Amino acid sequence: MTATAIPVVHRQRAAIDRKQAIAGVFVMLGLVDIFVFGFLADKGDAVFTFTLNGAAVSVPNLSLPPGPVSEGLGALSVVLGLVYAATTLSRLSRRLAAAAVMLSFVVSFLCWSDAGRIPLPFVSLMQTTMLASIPLVLGALSGCLCERSGVINIAIEGQLLLGAFAGAVIASSFGSLWLGLVTGSLAGGLLGALLAVFAIRYVVDQIILGVVLNVFASGLTGYLYDQALVPYQNRLNSPATFTSIKIPVLGDIPIIGPILFDSTIFLYITYAAVALVHIGLFKTRWGLRVRAVGEHPTAADTVGIRVLWTRYRNVILGGLLAGIGGASLTIGSVGSFGKDISSGQGYIALAAMIFGRWTPLGATGAALLFGFSVALANVLGTIGCPIPSDFLLMLPYVATIIAVAGFVGKSQAPKADGQPYVKS
Amino acid sequence: MSEHSTGPGGSEPAGPVDLAESPAPGAPGGAGGWQSGAARGLGGVPSSLLNAVLEGSSAVVTVLAIFTAIVIGGLLIAFSSPTVLHAWSHLFSAPGAAFSQAWDVAASAFSAMFEGAIVNPHTVSAAFHGGSVAAIFNPLSETTVNATPLILSGLAVALAFRAGLFNIGATGQFIGGAFIAGWIGFAVHMPMILHVVVAVIGGFVGGSLTGGFVGYMKARTGAHEVIVTIMLNYVMEFLLLFLLGLAVFRAPGLPNPVSPPVANNATLPHLAGASLRINAGFLLALAAAVAVTWLLNRTTIGFELRTVGANPNAARSAGMSPERTWVIVMLICGGLAGLAGASVILGTDFSLTPQIYGTYGIDAITVALLGRAKPGGVVLAALLYGSLNAGGVTMQGLTQIPVDITTVIQALIVLFVAAPPLVREIFHLRARRVGEEGQLLAKGWGS
Repeated sequence: MTATAIPVVHRQRAAIDRKQAIAGVFVMLGLVDIFVFGFLADKGDAVFTFTLNGAAVSVPNLSLPPGPVSEGLGALSVVLGLVYAATTLSRLSRRLAAAAVMLSFVVSFLCWSDAGRIPLPFVSLMQTTMLASIPLVLGALSGCLCERSGVINIAIEGQLLLGAFAGAVIASSFGSLWLGLVTGSLAGGLLGALLAVFAIRYVVDQIILGVVLNVFASGLTGYLYDQALVPYQNRLNSPATFTSIKIPVLGDIPIIGPILFDSTIFLYITYAAVALVHIGLFKTRWGLRVRAVGEHPTAADTVGIRVLWTRYRNVILGGLLAGIGGASLTIGSVGSFGKDISSGQGYIALAAMIFGRWTPLGATGAALLFGFSVALANVLGTIGCPIPSDFLLMLPYVATIIAVAGFVGKSQAPKADGQPYVKS
Repeated sequence: MSEHSTGPGGSEPAGPVDLAESPAPGAPGGAGGWQSGAARGLGGVPSSLLNAVLEGSSAVVTVLAIFTAIVIGGLLIAFSSPTVLHAWSHLFSAPGAAFSQAWDVAASAFSAMFEGAIVNPHTVSAAFHGGSVAAIFNPLSETTVNATPLILSGLAVALAFRAGLFNIGATGQFIGGAFIAGWIGFAVHMPMILHVVVAVIGGFVGGSLTGGFVGYMKARTGAHEVIVTIMLNYVMEFLLLFLLGLAVFRAPGLPNPVSPPVANNATLPHLAGASLRINAGFLLALAAAVAVTWLLNRTTIGFELRTVGANPNAARSAGMSPERTWVIVMLICGGLAGLAGASVILGTDFSLTPQIYGTYGIDAITVALLGRAKPGGVVLAALLYGSLNAGGVTMQGLTQIPVDITTVIQALIVLFVAAPPLVREIFHLRARRVGEEGQLLAKGWGS
């Protein structure tokens, strides 16, 4: 066992292990579809409604017999698993196979959970998903911006919290929602700036720093909440909330319209942010420089990129984005601020970023998935599903543990992530 | 400065490192990744996190950091008080009133905190006039009660630091320990002393299983312990919520998800009469600190642990197995955090609630950092934080200033301790020679 031999052996074994592990997971999920969701479903059909009250176009309800549907989808998953193990698929077909298996699992699960109960309102389920995903997506984008430039951002939770606090207080005391939105963003940016200064100027360990800043934000907002917001509830903590803006034409499309094109300004900001960060990081010179700084700061410095400035800028930009996400928690949904209103969503956003392998689109997909599990937990409670919602709420965290364990492919951070750059 | 990033400097066993690294461990891309460790080889920077935590800052900087944090906390208290803000709106007409108001508010807050954490003069004078003597010691008792779980969970984080691991998972391990200890406490019937001993051991095992899982994942798959512990915390919180919803673990007749109280036999005995909350949990915590010191300095495991923490490559070429050490360390750390859970459920709270874990897990990190990952330091830091917590409660009762201010102060203390150059800038201290005082040097996910 010499030092040279170990990594090579491990790598080969890991590659084989991963392929077979994924195929095994496919087959296992298929078997769960068949034997749990298919055979053990209650009597009666699962009914999905697709029309909200008052919608212009009415879409007929979909009624599925859970037994045959789950068994069919399960069989499909098993076959895909066997094919996956037996052959070497292209990258695209691998992803399609994984998506098909996931979708089969979700559909079977929904059929099983709704069988013989009140109809499951699909549109409002997806609306809740989008609403729950907004802070997760923006937080995850904040993480992408920071970590791509080489600064670890665990302080997303604190940025969300400060954004939520400032958004609610300013919107309430000045009566302007837009001012609240801007201030929420700035508050997140402020914590980002604090992170940047301590991480870059004082080279504090960035993981420790993130944890401490989260504690700081939680303590500060908790203190100010009790000290000022509780006694002056009417003046300082009763903001209005943004109303939905329906996009003409697009918003009238059945099913998709109410989900994607009839929401508050936060959802549209999120679309824009995802597109901007993705294009910015991967299609522009700016993004190439950012990634160079995150991968190899010394090389970037050699060709004249200002490493520290890039990092300051990206960390603060990330904070501004996460601050908007925080503001959506108050003035985008419930209105008033409550203690620790972000309740771990910053950590889910971090998880989404890792799950999405440090890419904006991947992180967005993961955040939507996690938002879906949160929304599902709410909806299943209302239709009387026997599955405890606690397990659904656990899902994002369990998925992340599985992801970092390497079962969902390699999660590779930017190479200089977390390492301070000191010019020698 | 660049020497910092290359490793633990000259004090570590440098010879074997060179031998091991000269054939280039074949892991060019793996060093900074999240999946450090076994799967990718251990190339790259050995733990400067460890150095940073251990040698963080001098005593002077620590004291100044605490002082600065308290001053900022005082300013925050003063300038969030309506009376002070009112006085300051008349700053130019009555400048004296403005400053004296600010001073009064902050001073009354901190004196209330002192009365709640150390000693209250009123109880002393009352004792001379026939009052209760025990009441004099109530603040100190409260401080130790608050410090007990902080010492234990702080040790859980500190010991992991020494092995080069960052254990953010004390919360989850605390829940594991509290749950098993509580369950043994209320569901099992046993004779007097045996019951509490078994329950405490159960707490250790419960935390140990949770922590050991993290160590196993890191050793087997290379999953970064920071991510696994953060995620596991939430998994454990929801698991606790789920379990307390089951009829088996729920007190009959209560609407809330709360377990039945632990049996009298299973409670940690009071140390100074029933009127003071100080209990045997504090002795348990001190014993654990002694045990960790002994483990670190006097045992083979401790030596391996420190070596792996200083340089996993060197440890490997010296015939040690970093993977095995990670698992063992996380088993022990989890157990320590589990003991913290046991000390709360068997010493003060008695019933499991969905919020039993409080903020102990996160406070443990700040305690371990302030205590520089040394058992003695952890005890002192936990006593400081325990006194802040105990004092904060009294302060809220007397002055209506929210107790959360202690959280702010605690976070600021660690922030300043972690950034010695900032403290030196504030106080115009002369910078020490480079290398003499290592500040908390950052490094990547690959530690």
